[in-house]
Amino acid sequence: MWRCSYRGLTIPALALVVGALASAACGGSQEIAPAEPPPTTSPVDPATAGHVAGRVTFDGTAPKPAVVRMEADPNCVQQGAAATDETVLVGESGSLQNVFVYVKDGLGNLRFPVPPNTIVLDQKGCRYVPRVLGAQVGQTMEVLNSDPTLHNVHAVPAANREFNTGQPLPGMKHTHTFSTREVMVPFKCDVHPWMRAFVGVLDHPYFAVTGADGTFQLTGLPPGTYVVEAWHETLGTQTQSVTVGANETADAAFSFT
Amino acid sequence: MMLHLFAAFVAAATAVLIFAGGLVTSTGSGLSVPDWPTTYGWFMLTFPLDKMVGGILYEHTHRLLASAVGFFILVLAAWLWRSEPRRWVRRLGYIAAAAVVAQGILGGITVLWFLPDAVSIAHAGLAQLVFCLTVTIALTTSAGWKRGYEVPAGPKGPALRALQLLAAGTTAAIYLQILVGATMRHTGAGLAIPDFPLAFGHLVPPAWSAGIAIHYAHRVGALVIAILILATAAYALYRQRGRWELGRPSLLLTLLLALQITLGAATVLSGRQYLINSLHVVCGSFVLATSLALTLRAYRSRFTQPVEAVQVAA
Repeated sequence: MWRCSYRGLTIPALALVVGALASAACGGSQEIAPAEPPPTTSPVDPATAGHVAGRVTFDGTAPKPAVVRMEADPNCVQQGAAATDETVLVGESGSLQNVFVYVKDGLGNLRFPVPPNTIVLDQKGCRYVPRVLGAQVGQTMEVLNSDPTLHNVHAVPAANREFNTGQPLPGMKHTHTFSTREVMVPFKCDVHPWMRAFVGVLDHPYFAVTGADGTFQLTGLPPGTYVVEAWHETLGTQTQSVTVGANETADAAFSFT
Repeated sequence: MMLHLFAAFVAAATAVLIFAGGLVTSTGSGLSVPDWPTTYGWFMLTFPLDKMVGGILYEHTHRLLASAVGFFILVLAAWLWRSEPRRWVRRLGYIAAAAVVAQGILGGITVLWFLPDAVSIAHAGLAQLVFCLTVTIALTTSAGWKRGYEVPAGPKGPALRALQLLAAGTTAAIYLQILVGATMRHTGAGLAIPDFPLAFGHLVPPAWSAGIAIHYAHRVGALVIAILILATAAYALYRQRGRWELGRPSLLLTLLLALQITLGAATVLSGRQYLINSLHVVCGSFVLATSLALTLRAYRSRFTQPVEAVQVAA
């Protein structure tokens, strides 16, 4: 009788399981060193603060938005029968919506208080609303399900902690705070693969998201020279150096193709 | 006879489960149910059918099928324990039971840990071992195996030994190839080389990345497997003429090879269409299981006496 057959199967099976678990466990989440508590007051003197204002445009022929097929969930079809893709939203005279504009560099060692208000990422019509938003490190974000169907809220950051939580019932909320700066943290719903959102997480309040007219404003900056970046989910990033004088509004314009 | 039929049914159910698992990966639905072992807080079996929408349809169906197959394998192990006279066959049942439990836990862990590549690849690899175990049990409980196959007279000893080694080597190589394929799938390298049969218009990719290397290794592996399978089948058909317990799986293996290569090409050319991709996964399982059956039959004479003799002795 051949007595080695079961051993021949057991050893590779065990090796496979143990190796996989060990490998996955070793590649787990990174420990983030505890940071000093944030200040309670802003370090910026409002008497000298300036601003950056501008507009983001798209040059060329705007892509025709594709129709989003939501047949996989009848509840979604009822919500948005004529839904179109929102990846590139170009408005009048080329204004580009959903661009995250922020101060990338130039603030030195300034530290800012965490805003007390809660930002809301809603799930409405089987979409994330808004699609692009910003938050500060430590600020409370609430993810809400306003749909009559279930969603899973799945954040897939590179530097922050990944999470995936189910919201099977309408009206459910999930609160979260980000622990470190990251531009951008993608959100998805694996139930409805077309659902996407992006959250820019910064350690300062100088960020904005362009609206339908493509404009943005970064307010209350201390005088100085900054690297300002504009981020778009498919068109990439652009940076420029902007100098802000005391009580002045500096212009910045970005153009994507 | 009933035990064999049930074992064959369990093997078939396991193949369906592998196809369902392929659909989960191919549709990117692996995390559409974020919790485990519950489903959105419900006990798995009471999750409302009207909530099985989008990616949940694939993931939750896979979980339900996995539960059923797990139950079937536990029943099979118990059945073998109660009625199978051969100790090593009973042990196969115990190993299958342990493996399917481990497989379920791996499936849960990979969801809770956000699909780490290593765990997902292990889940895919262990699925093939579970399938191989069920196929082996089905084969070794069949009437033909128990009776022992008739070996035509003639000097076939050295040729049989060569076939045994060739078939065993082919089976091991197919399993390795499946692991490379699983690595390719779970690391998102399925379209790292977008054209077929060439790679970026060349025989060898002009540029390399980790994804391209894994993908190319799978293609080279397919070529090696094709040569091994054709050699094994030709050897079995020519040098073991008249032994249809070897000839039939050899012919089937050749047909499955052709189908599998076609499905692999179609997977790339269709941009990883999810049904084609999943069929490629389960066809790979069939290639492995057929090669394993051929190998086991080639080694049948090593299992000495017919089962009836074991039963009498017991």
